[in-house]
Amino acid sequence: MISYLVRRILYGLLVLVGVNLITFMLFFQVNSPDDMARLALGGKRVTQESIEQWKQERGYNLPLLYNSNSESTGHFVDSFTETIFFQKSIPMFVGDFGRADDGRDIQYEIKNRALPSLALAVPVFVLGLLLNITFSLILTFFRGTYLDLSGVVLCVLAMSISGLFYIIGGQFLFSKTLNLVPISGFDPGVEAWRFLLLPVVVGVVAGIGGGTRWYRTIFLEEINKDYVRTARSKGLSETQVLSRHVLRNGLIPILTGSVAVIPLLFMGSLISESFFGIPGLGSYTIEAIQSQDFGVVRAMVFLGSALYLVGLVLTDVAYTVADPRVRLS
Amino acid sequence: MLAVFQHFILATAVLLSVACSPGALNDPYVEPTVDSGASVESPVKRSDTAQSETESSSASFVKRHPPQVLYTAFTNRPKHLDPAQSYTSDEAEFTYQVYEPLFQYHYLKRPYSLEPLAAAEMPVPVYLDAQGNSLGDNAPAKSVATSVYIIKIKPDVKYQPHPAFARSEQGELLYHNLGAEAAKYRSPLDFKVQGTRELKAEDYLYEIKRLASPRIVSPILGHMGEYIQGLTDLAKGLKTKDEALKKEMQAKAGALTIKATDLPWLDMRKHELPGVKALDDHTLEIRINGKYPQFIYWLAMPFFAPVPWEADAFYSQKGFVDNNLVLDWWPVGTGPYMLTENDPNSRMVMSRNPNFRGEPYPAEGEEGDAAAGLLADAGKTMPFIDKVIFTREKEAIPYWNKFLQGYYDSSGVSSDTFDQAIRSSSDGSAGLTEEMESKGIRLETSLATSIYYLGFNWLDPVVGGGNGEKEVLRARKLRQAIAIAVDWEEFSQIFTNGRAVPAHGPMVPGLFGHEPGEAGWNTQVFNIVDGKPVRKPVSDAMKLLEEAGYPGGLNPVSKQPLTLALDTTGGGPGDKARFDWYRKQFAKLNIQLEIRATDWNRFQEKIRKGNSQLFFLGWNADYPDPENFLFLLYGPNSRTKTAGENASNYSNPQYDRLFEQMKTMPNSPERASIIAEMTDLVQEDVPWLFAFYPQNFGLIHEWFSNVKPNDLARNDIKYKRINTELREKAQNSWNSPVWWPIPLILFVLILFALPAYISWKRREKQLGLREDLAQGGGQP
Repeated sequence: MISYLVRRILYGLLVLVGVNLITFMLFFQVNSPDDMARLALGGKRVTQESIEQWKQERGYNLPLLYNSNSESTGHFVDSFTETIFFQKSIPMFVGDFGRADDGRDIQYEIKNRALPSLALAVPVFVLGLLLNITFSLILTFFRGTYLDLSGVVLCVLAMSISGLFYIIGGQFLFSKTLNLVPISGFDPGVEAWRFLLLPVVVGVVAGIGGGTRWYRTIFLEEINKDYVRTARSKGLSETQVLSRHVLRNGLIPILTGSVAVIPLLFMGSLISESFFGIPGLGSYTIEAIQSQDFGVVRAMVFLGSALYLVGLVLTDVAYTVADPRVRLS
Repeated sequence: MLAVFQHFILATAVLLSVACSPGALNDPYVEPTVDSGASVESPVKRSDTAQSETESSSASFVKRHPPQVLYTAFTNRPKHLDPAQSYTSDEAEFTYQVYEPLFQYHYLKRPYSLEPLAAAEMPVPVYLDAQGNSLGDNAPAKSVATSVYIIKIKPDVKYQPHPAFARSEQGELLYHNLGAEAAKYRSPLDFKVQGTRELKAEDYLYEIKRLASPRIVSPILGHMGEYIQGLTDLAKGLKTKDEALKKEMQAKAGALTIKATDLPWLDMRKHELPGVKALDDHTLEIRINGKYPQFIYWLAMPFFAPVPWEADAFYSQKGFVDNNLVLDWWPVGTGPYMLTENDPNSRMVMSRNPNFRGEPYPAEGEEGDAAAGLLADAGKTMPFIDKVIFTREKEAIPYWNKFLQGYYDSSGVSSDTFDQAIRSSSDGSAGLTEEMESKGIRLETSLATSIYYLGFNWLDPVVGGGNGEKEVLRARKLRQAIAIAVDWEEFSQIFTNGRAVPAHGPMVPGLFGHEPGEAGWNTQVFNIVDGKPVRKPVSDAMKLLEEAGYPGGLNPVSKQPLTLALDTTGGGPGDKARFDWYRKQFAKLNIQLEIRATDWNRFQEKIRKGNSQLFFLGWNADYPDPENFLFLLYGPNSRTKTAGENASNYSNPQYDRLFEQMKTMPNSPERASIIAEMTDLVQEDVPWLFAFYPQNFGLIHEWFSNVKPNDLARNDIKYKRINTELREKAQNSWNSPVWWPIPLILFVLILFALPAYISWKRREKQLGLREDLAQGGGQP
């Protein structure tokens, strides 16, 4: 298993280099360092000298991928190292994300924003998982009845409604009409629960339709298997069959699917965080793309890919835990 | 069933316990918005060993009851708070409260006028010829080689408490050599000892030199370098030195690259700037090339705010930068407020600067100010507000609802909320809806010092200036026809809810040079009917089009409709209506309009390279002088030829000559007459379709007073006042929690669950054949 993990991590590093290269090429296909400088310096009275100065100050005065000027000096390696790609990418692999265009330390920003993101995403994830499993088990229990049918119809309805509607509806009902919770805001201390209550409830409710339907399908697949029949023939009640056998076996795909998502919870949620005023990582990448801040874009894409890779490795490990028949080699 | 009931009782008990807690449940602030009666303390921690300078100044800070806290919001995060770099309105909200440039705009008087802020009086520039001889005040611009501004600075102006000034008993700076310890600090407020010192003329000199720093990249360096003597040379010298230093460090360390933050502090005191001198502690001399009367307006911007060398040296310490503890994020000023909490992603807090000298509220204003209660505080010492909490609101809906709940003291009016807030009266004027009036909200409208226009690229062979008299005439008639056809009044009604005034020329109303009434109306586009401007009929435009060689809008060669292209940004679903409207306007002339929507970069590139035909742009005034608008059409400022601000590349020798004449003149009837002539020229030439001047609508709660919209004075918080008692009363009455639907919702949920529960029990009885077997592992 150890050798498997080492191999996966090494593959992961190669994937990260590839992702970094693709991000770099896509970004500079749309923007040039001059464009970045113009946007950063503002729309007025921007001179070419200021642009050159800005680029030099932030290390964007080099060629993108290949420095033909370095050929003349006879240092072949410099042709690749004296480039924006090399100078900006290598420090990331040693954990130095550099600075955003506004001068702020990207690592500091990520650290500060990750906690609010997690404060919202983790409860939504855990509560959502529990509720979805519970509801799907109930529907499975009543499979083929009108209760199951109406449950599925409700799930489809809930899935069809935009997530934004839940947010605006929740804010309108609980914050504006009933005045029970703040509409938006955040507190890094103990008062955070007041601000998180509504977004968590909205997040969980918005996910119930899709989650319940999906898990119900998984449980229905299990319920017709031989071991379930055996359990029933032993004389177990339906509740016991569902909770002891179906749930345990149905959890394998649920668990593995969920474990892959766990590391990505760090990345936050764009819409929820925006509407509820939670200062998380959700909008960091989008804002950086809008302001053409390559430093932040590459750092966030790098982090996102690294977390995704971690998620995949964790999924593999989770398989072995959930199903003893699976061995990593 | 019993378990469900127990849970219901428990949930209700929890909800009731929360309900009994003090304060509104939907209060979005952790600090109570309701006055607790506590006095406001300085947020700065002071130690017993703090130097007397700080103690004495802090003692003058009067404790107030109750504290006035202003709650406001910001949408876009500020990017720079360094006065040498900051240039956007998102940043001005903060920098103008902390930094004090030499001058400020009078808060109440209109037209906008300057008055001293940190300066003791308004300076009169001395004009010198090339030999250094003094010329008269009205010396012609051509004979002036140098303008000298000698500016007296107010004595006894103190900086906010800051660790950069903290000194030991021996007089040594306490926190300038922190070494590895620096990394533990997150904010200037973390330091035990805070210090201050008096504002000196050399602090302004230091900041002006910083404009030339290669490590800052000031957006105005290029422009100011043309005027302030020696600034460009200083910038070049510093750049060369920095590059050499980087190379030396790179060679020594063998590092891939040396970042600006790796470099040692750049002490500007060691570098000379011949054009600026501190003659003594309270006198500053600035020498600029030629005659540039608008220079004084620049001195009212934070680019020319004082920066003490101690602050620059303090923040340059290694270890601070990783915690964003830099001058760019923690400003140090002499203004009424200081930044005490800094999270641009969530919340920024400004607190009263305990060392602020106090400033009297203006005793004069324009007509109507007294009646509006804006002079009630005349002569009283400002600031009135103790603390300002800026919360980041990215979305309009939460912002608006929090305003209605009384948690923001003012709000703008977005297009989504326009109908809820504003109703149009029969005479076309805007008023508040009953809902707003019942809350005591009032509406403040003002015309922005901005203009929007649809520009023609003068270099384009079809719509541009043309070569030869015949071509010039043909292209002009085409532009004139388009000017009549494009109905900006309709645009304003559809896309801005009527919050715009149709533009007749490049000069914005309220500024010198704008001709109100009939004299200023654009008679190329409007007929005057019953003393009102009425857009000419499309038939007039068709006639002009025919004269231009496009009878019926058809290209005489191909016999196909003339096709023009409009370059614009956007292109999403939200822009479709606007694009359709543009097409419809041109279709009136049978002209096909091709919309070339692109991103901002490509749009700017097209304008820069002169590859556009028509484009839509706007301009916000830097300062209230006609030069700041008319230079947008000055030939030598061509965007394509000289990277200037003339995006249309308009070129008219007569206009250019008049501009050069007008530029350096003081406001006078003669200057007004030249501006009128220039306006007539561009009305006839039509390099722009003058679209509209945008109008700002602001909603203000009744407890928020001394609010007068001012597009140029950004240091406006010090003038404002909050009636906290009134706010508390309103917040309490608007935000009482409504509990009854909660048990109802729970009851409905139970009703839904009940059939399932009963059915489950029944099925369990039917299916659970031998529970004893199950429990016994199959054995009876």
